[in-house]
Amino acid sequence: MSDKMTGSEIVLRALVDQNVDIVFGYPGGAILPIYDTLHQQNSIRHILVRQEGGAVHAAEGYARSTGKVGVVLVTSGPGATNAVTGLTDAMMDSVPVVCLTGQVPTHLIGNDAFQEADTTGITRTCTKHNYLVKNIEDLARIVHEAFYVARSGRPGPVVIDLPKDILQAPGSYAPPSGNGHRTYKPRLKGDLGQIGKAVELMAKAERPLFYCGGGVINAGPKASQLLTELVRLSGYPCTLTLMGLGAIPASNPQFLGMVGMHGTYESNLAMYNCDVMINIGARFDDRVTGNLAGFSPDSAKIHVDIDPSSINKNVRVDIPIIGDVGHVLEDMIKVWKARQCSPDRRKLDAWWKQIDKWRQRDCLRYEASDKLIKPQYALERLRDLTKDRDDVFVTTEVGQHQMWAAQFLPFEKPNRWMTSGGLGTMGYGLPAAMGVQVAHPDALVIDVAGEASILMNIQEMSTLSQYRLPVKIFILNNEYMGMVRQWQELLHGGRYSESYMESLPDFVKLAESFNAVGLRAEKPSELDGIIEEMIAVDRPVIADILVDKTENCFPMIPSGAAHNEMLLGRNDQAANPVSEEGMILV
Amino acid sequence: MKAAPTIKRHMIAVLVDNEPGVLARVIGLFSGRGYNIESLTVSEVDADVGLSRINLVTIGTPMVIEQIKNQLDRLVPVHTVHDLTEEGPHVEAELVLVKVVGVGDKRVEALRIADIFGAKVDDTTLESFIFRLDGQTEKIDRFIELMRPLGLVEVARTGGVAISRGSEGIKPLASTWSVSE
Repeated sequence: MSDKMTGSEIVLRALVDQNVDIVFGYPGGAILPIYDTLHQQNSIRHILVRQEGGAVHAAEGYARSTGKVGVVLVTSGPGATNAVTGLTDAMMDSVPVVCLTGQVPTHLIGNDAFQEADTTGITRTCTKHNYLVKNIEDLARIVHEAFYVARSGRPGPVVIDLPKDILQAPGSYAPPSGNGHRTYKPRLKGDLGQIGKAVELMAKAERPLFYCGGGVINAGPKASQLLTELVRLSGYPCTLTLMGLGAIPASNPQFLGMVGMHGTYESNLAMYNCDVMINIGARFDDRVTGNLAGFSPDSAKIHVDIDPSSINKNVRVDIPIIGDVGHVLEDMIKVWKARQCSPDRRKLDAWWKQIDKWRQRDCLRYEASDKLIKPQYALERLRDLTKDRDDVFVTTEVGQHQMWAAQFLPFEKPNRWMTSGGLGTMGYGLPAAMGVQVAHPDALVIDVAGEASILMNIQEMSTLSQYRLPVKIFILNNEYMGMVRQWQELLHGGRYSESYMESLPDFVKLAESFNAVGLRAEKPSELDGIIEEMIAVDRPVIADILVDKTENCFPMIPSGAAHNEMLLGRNDQAANPVSEEGMILV
Repeated sequence: MKAAPTIKRHMIAVLVDNEPGVLARVIGLFSGRGYNIESLTVSEVDADVGLSRINLVTIGTPMVIEQIKNQLDRLVPVHTVHDLTEEGPHVEAELVLVKVVGVGDKRVEALRIADIFGAKVDDTTLESFIFRLDGQTEKIDRFIELMRPLGLVEVARTGGVAISRGSEGIKPLASTWSVSE
């Protein structure tokens, strides 16, 4: 038995053994012992955020851009409850995060003590798993187990609730056992029989489509390479979900753009009309499927997912394959090659011809203007002025700007695009960008933001300033909660109830007050200069881009509609009022 | 038109690590995702390795039942999930305590019916009985119905437990039992 250490020392030692180099956190009474230990070591760097919610999003940004587990350190009570949104976000988007929360001493638990909250109770449904450590001798094992659970299978957030007396108690440390967990052993290899059947179905397809999502990104960069290879081998078209962008290069001619509510015309019509759908690491989310009754009615569906509960949840599939996307893709390619699969060229050509016709609709087209900055134009300029760099990471907040960023910014690699997909958390982008920049100090990290979202975690400007993190905040400022306004136009007779952003701050002065650089573009002619300056400055920047206030995000599948009922612009919007059924959907 | 999917009752056995919060996880899963729980029982079944068994009865369409099983299975402390209804013949039992208050003919009739059902009398006063009955859920339902006009004042039921017929046992991931492969 090794020498006795305190609980705090055990925690930090376990973090080091789990290869943690960065934690995002905020101190407070119950977690103070860990902060004291942190003060006496040099292996782990602590980034002090300005609100605990920011710490979790920062850890998410760190995790999504590196593939490692993000680590959060917060105190009990309000520290833990502030973390809940971020944990839920990580749960929905399958981001590996370990969140250490302080807790009142064990003898006070349940007494409504100062800064006490039932953290394990509150976070039970927004974590993959959580622990309350009641015995110092379990501590090291639990920390190692938490990392294993967070990163294994379908990744997710894990909370470890640490009562203060445990942190100060003497105990013994045990290094990671390598056994993972007694009961949690997710399946990695897909069933070869099922993979064989899937390949057979794929090879016989006449109108095939790859529909891939965040599972490919989570399976690591190798999985993205394998997917790109299988797409190339087969010659089939491929669409990606919001979470999957970057899984195959955006410049790949077989890539049709994003699928779903604001996906491209060609992607959504290919989804509707395909005869074999190959879903790899996506979950038939309602933003993707639209009206389930009209979802890809004639296709046979293959679904590869590491989480069995994703299979047949929303959509019945014909060939489910449970396993890690990387492993399954490897086997699919082997079987495809071994059987020398050769799809019917004539049929495939006809399918591509059809897709090209859809592409010719040029669904992302917008009306150019030389007086007003169109948000799409702003993103096109951002795209073009950063295209020669290989180190661009983009995060977003939530709303119209997020969808435009997804439509207009090209991602050639995985882990370059961080956005809140499942939960749709406004205020995600700035702290996430902070986490990305900490992980990639020399990279160009851009938070594409809206003026409403950015205010939700604006306090993190102070963190950027403290650690000299040169994050570039690119605000598409239309003085509205744009997506709310768009829905109000579509569903509520244009009554803009509370969606106008009154009394906005002067973002240039705001930036300056945080010791950052503030820039503003009001006319299209100013845009390039502002973007160039934003990139060149080696400090945090807020670029306030005043865009056309009335622009809406198209294409759009209105709620309650199917993929073949897309709105391509304002004229469609007027001609196709949303059904009563659609009105009640979100 | 597609025929409406049939809603069916399923008896599901879940072996879990006996750790704090595990029952809350299972119940939270059902309430959070809008599934039904008809009954649920839980008890430790192997103290040496800290193994508990949750027996639950739920109803749903085949798609919902499949979801329930998959969602249960992905909870970290869950060893195995078995759908006994799906897996074949099984023995199912439930225990009930029934308090009946009455005098005269009703009291005599209550005792007579209890006797027919094979219920035991666990407690009696001059105007009341507590009957104890075990067996299948339907039998217990019928017994309670018959007691209703005879002075039924209180019912305590355990909810169903079940175990598959034959020599095969459900194998937990860690156990001190001798389980045949």
